[in-house]
Amino acid sequence: MSLHKLTLHELQDQFTTGEVTAREIVYAYSIRINQVEPKVKAFITQHKESAMAQAEALDQKLKAWRRTMPLMGMPLAIKDNICTESVLTTCASRILGNFVPPYDASVIALLRGQGYLLLGKTNLDEFAMGSSTENSAFGPSRNPWNLSYVPGGSSGGSAAAVAADECVAALGSDTGGSIRQPAACCGVVGLKPTYGRVSRYGLVAFASSLDQIGPITKDVTDAAILLNVIAGHDPLDSTSADVLVPDYTRALKKKDLKKLKIGVPREYFAEGIDPEVEQAVREAIEELKRLGGEIKDVSLPTTGAAIATYYVIATAEASSNLARYDGVRYGLRSKQMKDLLEMYMKTRQEGFGPEVKRRIMLGTYALSAGYYDAYYGKAQAVRTLIRKDFEAAFQEVDLIVTPVMPTTAFKLGEKIADPLQMYLSDIYTISVNLAGVPAISLPCGFSKAGLPIGLQIVGRPFQEDTVLRGAYAYEQATNWRVKRPSIR
Amino acid sequence: MQISKAEVEKVAKLARLEITEAEKEAFTKQLSDILTYVEQLKTWDTRGVEPTASVLDQTNVFREDKARASLPAEKALANAPESEAGFFGVPKILEDR
Repeated sequence: MSLHKLTLHELQDQFTTGEVTAREIVYAYSIRINQVEPKVKAFITQHKESAMAQAEALDQKLKAWRRTMPLMGMPLAIKDNICTESVLTTCASRILGNFVPPYDASVIALLRGQGYLLLGKTNLDEFAMGSSTENSAFGPSRNPWNLSYVPGGSSGGSAAAVAADECVAALGSDTGGSIRQPAACCGVVGLKPTYGRVSRYGLVAFASSLDQIGPITKDVTDAAILLNVIAGHDPLDSTSADVLVPDYTRALKKKDLKKLKIGVPREYFAEGIDPEVEQAVREAIEELKRLGGEIKDVSLPTTGAAIATYYVIATAEASSNLARYDGVRYGLRSKQMKDLLEMYMKTRQEGFGPEVKRRIMLGTYALSAGYYDAYYGKAQAVRTLIRKDFEAAFQEVDLIVTPVMPTTAFKLGEKIADPLQMYLSDIYTISVNLAGVPAISLPCGFSKAGLPIGLQIVGRPFQEDTVLRGAYAYEQATNWRVKRPSIR
Repeated sequence: MQISKAEVEKVAKLARLEITEAEKEAFTKQLSDILTYVEQLKTWDTRGVEPTASVLDQTNVFREDKARASLPAEKALANAPESEAGFFGVPKILEDR
């Protein structure tokens, strides 16, 4: 029996009926991880033994008490920028290389409350800054579809772990595309919820006005199941929204798109898109039309401004958020220091990698005296224009469909020397974060080279249910999920 | 937008980052490239446009002014590189004179 191939809802069915035990689940995944992890390198730390201990305790408990919650006994992987009590949380940075959080992130407390099993903490670009996982202080993860390609990023470890069947589902975080882009690169489903939908308490902050935690899963149903658990208001996060959480699995009852208006923004099919990606996405749009969706041409004129806006706002917020790494309360402290100032300077020199330093520099510059209005103030005003574009488009349509990235996954090393080129690969995902709206990435084809292509479906604020409905109808009408990577 | 090595040095100091000679060279070029790219923001007319700091329509969020349990001191100090008698330890700040 290959338990590792099942989706979360399939595994859930088997566990609920008692067909498999938690122990068998962890055993099956441990074998799978041992087989493929040396090649994929999705994890920073593995926790198979503690997962096994938890599984055994759970099985014992269930002998007397046979009621299961949706995530009970489900083996998950968690991006290593989400705090897990008493479990190392590194952010793929040397500066947090020894950090053991004294508390759980709110999403982890919710998962624990369900009796989930933590298989490991996954790799990322240091502090979630990057699009390939190559910025990890612990080395890059690999794309399960082709090991010489990147898995995308920054949640590349989570996406690779799901694609390689090293866990049944995972959590990632998305600041400019960090859930959706790796999901597209690895041929899995990734959902970035509306800003404020999921608590950020315990997510190590990168850019606080953009960061959002979300699921990375094998199919759309699994994304709805996970979102059901993690969504909701949290008093510990003042930016979490007090908006009713529907049962997202109810969005999966319909398999058509009747009465839904679907917008295709012309700016997303301009120069720079790979013809194979464009073709796959256009075919997906045809499929949405066959399913009953009314396809409309829409315009998001500020699309071209998104990357510039993002790299001012995100770096400004990052430079402020990362000021806390000073060698005093946690993390690395340099051993070479004469005084306090030198301790700060050397600790940060030794602890941060090149991309994090570059972004701290850029953000500090954008916020510095004399430049604040020209950069940060200007970017915040353009952000308003970007939001208004989405608001206007959503007056006309219920969903917007676009590619996730202009190309398929790129080769390891291909873009690492040119930061600006790396930034430009986020062109289709970044506006969504700036506007704060929800979006999903799901497979819509493969390139001739055999690499997955992703479709992005964007919705109105707090209408994850409509996004999931669109994604589910498309997924059920197509068969991309059946194709799995053979890792070699 | 071309920035100078001196500006890079100044920004690094503001950011409390010690950077090497090689990093100074690299950042001078890379930050100039990125800032040149960012210049395009100027072409967008934002006269009279309110800035967006957060997409949520929230103002202030308050909790009840009530004492509640917090992290115990030993847990809060557990990750500290240096601690003593319930305090975080740092190098001497005041000079002996």
